[in-house]
Order: sequence, then C-alpha cells, then structure tokens
Amino acid sequence: MPGGAVPTPTPDTVPFWEAARQDRLAVQQCQSCGRYYFYPRDHCPFCSSGDVLWRDVSGSGRLISYVINYRPLQPADPESPQVIALVELDEGVRMLTNIVGSPADPDALPLDAPVTVGFEPRGEWKLPVFRLAGGQ
Amino acid sequence: MSTSPMHGGNVAVVGAAETTGLGVVPDMSMVQLHADAARNALADAGLTVADIDGIATAGPLPMEVSHYLGITPTWVDGTMVGGCSFMLHVRHAAAAIAAGAATTVLVTHGESGRSRVGMSRYATRAPDTVSGQFEVPYGALMPYATFTVPALRFLHERGMNRADLAEVVVAQREWAMANPRAFRRKPITVDEVLNDSPPVAYPFTRDMCCVVTDGGGALVLTAADRAADLPSASRAVYLLGSGEAGESPIMSQMTDVDSFGGFRSSSAAAFASAGLTQSDIDHLMCYDAFAHVPLYMLEDMGFVGRGESGAFIASGATRPGGSLPMNTNGGGLSYTHTGMYSMFAMQEAIRQLRGEAAAQVPGVRTSFVQGVGMYFAASASLIFANQRP
Repeated sequence: MPGGAVPTPTPDTVPFWEAARQDRLAVQQCQSCGRYYFYPRDHCPFCSSGDVLWRDVSGSGRLISYVINYRPLQPADPESPQVIALVELDEGVRMLTNIVGSPADPDALPLDAPVTVGFEPRGEWKLPVFRLAGGQ
Repeated sequence: MSTSPMHGGNVAVVGAAETTGLGVVPDMSMVQLHADAARNALADAGLTVADIDGIATAGPLPMEVSHYLGITPTWVDGTMVGGCSFMLHVRHAAAAIAAGAATTVLVTHGESGRSRVGMSRYATRAPDTVSGQFEVPYGALMPYATFTVPALRFLHERGMNRADLAEVVVAQREWAMANPRAFRRKPITVDEVLNDSPPVAYPFTRDMCCVVTDGGGALVLTAADRAADLPSASRAVYLLGSGEAGESPIMSQMTDVDSFGGFRSSSAAAFASAGLTQSDIDHLMCYDAFAHVPLYMLEDMGFVGRGESGAFIASGATRPGGSLPMNTNGGGLSYTHTGMYSMFAMQEAIRQLRGEAAAQVPGVRTSFVQGVGMYFAASASLIFANQRP
C-alpha cells in the first residue's frame, strides 16, 4: 500500500473508524425504514429517523467504476499508480476506495467484478480497501 | 407560458468582458485579475464603479473584490459551490434585481490557476471533513483523480468507450483552432488523443483534461428597462430562464453514477422558466472540466437520448457547421480553465449572442449555458437571448 492522507475521525464517524481498526466494516442501518446508508450520520438520510444502528457487514460488493491515477500526490507514493474506485456493497451502499492486489491495468479490473474488503494501516487507523474476490 | 419577474428577459447582461491577458499571466495576482475583468466589463457597459450597488464573487470574499475596486455594496453574494458559482450569482442577481434588492450587480471571477500569484495552495480537504475522511485518504483529491471516477461507468452502461471521450476533445479543438486566445490550438485526432497524449488517470489522457490557466471575467447585470438607456443597449443580452441544484458533496454519494440529477433538475428548471425546449436553443456551452462532462450534460439536459451523446459528438453536430454548436471557444479542454470555468462559458455565450465571437456562429439568438460545481455536487443552468421575448 503506497500510503496517503490520514483521516481524522469526528464524533459521528468514530464508530466506523474504530471498527475498521479491528478489521470490521461497519455501516449504519435505519431501524425505521430499514435502509443502509453511508457516510456516517446520526440520522437516516432517507427518512430522517434518528433510530439508527451500526451493523457489521460482510464487505462483499462489486466494482462500479474507477480511474487509474498515474499522478498520485504525496503523501501517497507518486511512483505507484492508484486505482481509485467506487464499490457498491451487497447492502446497497456505495463507497469510494482503492482496489489493491490487482495490477493497475484495465484488463485486470473489469467493471461489476465482485470485490471484498480488507484493511490497510494508515497512521493510527486502518483504511477499508477492496480487492477482487477470488483474486490473489 | 408565464414567466417570473427574474426571467423572461426582464434582467439583462449589459457588460461582459474577460481579463486583458488570458492563459499565462504571471504578472497579475488573483485579485488583480478580478479587478482587470471588472474594469473591462464596466467599460463594456458604459458604466463606472459608482453605478454598482451589488457585488458577487466566489474564491475571495466579495468584499475583497468590491473594496479593491472602490465599491461599497449594499447587496452581496458570496455563494461558493465550485466552478459554476458565477452562474448562480447571475441567477441570484436576477432575482435580486427583479425584487428591488439590487439595481446593478457586478459578478467577477479571477484566478491565477497556473501561475498561483496571490492564491493559496490548492485547497486540501481537511482530514476531519467528510471528504477528508472518506475520499482524500484514497487519493481522490485533485480533480483529475476525483471528478473522473464515474466516467468508466457512464461509458460501460452505454456500450461506449474511450474514443467517445476523445471525440469530445477533437470536436472542441476545431473551435479552438479558430480562436487566437485559446490555450491549446494544435489540430488533434482521436488516435492522438487516445495514444499520444500522456495518460493522466485512465481512461483520461492529458488532452481529455482541461487546461490550467490564469485569467478572469466579469459581468454587469441590471433591469432590462434600464439597459435600454445605456450606451451598450444594442448589445444587451437577456436572461430568459435559469435553474440551480445541489447534490452530494462527495463523489461516492452521487445518486446515480452515470447521470447527474443536478443537471437534470436545473436544466429542466431553466427550460420551464424560459418557456423553451431543446429545439429552441441555437448554441450550447457545456462546462467541460473533463471530456466526460459534456456527454453527461447532453443526455441529462435532454438534447440527446440516453446513450446517444457519443455518436452525436462524433457525427459532427457540435462542431463548426453542426446543428448544435457547443463549446465554441474551445471549452475548458482547449480555451481556458482557471479553476472555476463557468465565467468563461457565459462570456462565450454572450459573445455569440452579440455576434462578436472569435469563431462566430451565424444567427445565434439563444444560448444555453450548463455549469457544474465541486465535481458532481452542484449544477447551474442559464438560458440567454439577444432579444427580449
């Protein structure tokens, strides 16, 4: 992992980052309308209910879109192309992430490929990243 | 169709100008570029700073610009939603003029985007913001690595490919070749865009990304009835309709990855408020920070059907002589892009409506300007005409 900026959690996002530090992907689910949502908030963006719970999810999803960034800025390694991707989890939420463990090559990164979460150290936290499911 | 007081040609652009220099202007600071454009626009209108009671800008605070110019405004708009901010300023100014809250409004843009004189460094999104936590750690900071992320999905959903992005570049370069102020003027082919232009962020090569320049522009707006008494009366340009919209501040939360709801809603609002449809539009400016953006816009605005944008561009429809001339200054891809381009899109629409463009399209009576801001976060739509309806 070529490194990069370190997030600073805020009160509404601490549970997400604390879970990631324990290699768990946690997202919130509304207890009123049942929908999962991302990014963390203390209320549901779909129905405004404040009755929301953190749920550990499987971290399985699919690759929606990406770029292969040939010009990363420090603190990332400028020499290592980054795959900056959108993935959609099975629970329906979409996240921006990096795809790791595959060559930074379009032929190795077909859209809709199944992906699974992993966790990379980043400062004092861990960052959820994804790799192609079944890949090495 | 009935129109509100702010639309239907009741408010006019009476002054419009860009900075004297454009492209590489290392001898002027950001605020100097604002002031140069403002003074040029006032001269164009036949007005002075004493006539201005309203100021709007984004980037610096409005007071940084008004005080620098010697204006003490009684109406101030510092709306900042990224590159299309100045289009929202026009819309807000029209509402204010129609409501009697302002009489004559100056909208300014200036950015030392290339030389970085009098500019802060490129703003890093702070690590405790939503973007700083959920985008920046993944390298999604610079526009070329963030705004571009949804494009592959757009192409994939439609059976389109990178050649469709390259066609946008080629079509707009044709316009730029006729424009002495354009930054990129060398003829280019689809093959060169795909294979010779350096890769920046796959699927984007350098020529699919906007230029990075210094410059600015300014507009002066007032009531159409008042415009008729000015020396610039015969060159007045009227606002027929407008719309604006906001969606997610971060890329991953676009409601639809391959279509932008902001484009759909603000363009629909502009058409409805103008009482016009797509077939009434003679000339189109689509804010093109990157080559995929005009493809989204053409479809989301309803100028073409879903999946038809690539073939439409490739057919030559948007090139010189085509049925829908688009980005006729060369666009952000070839003309100029200081960082917040929408001012230049409006300037070109106004030049075309006045018959004063470098690559003039014959007989332009209506022009639609479609803007975007903070990547796919904000949208603005304006319809201008050179006659009151």
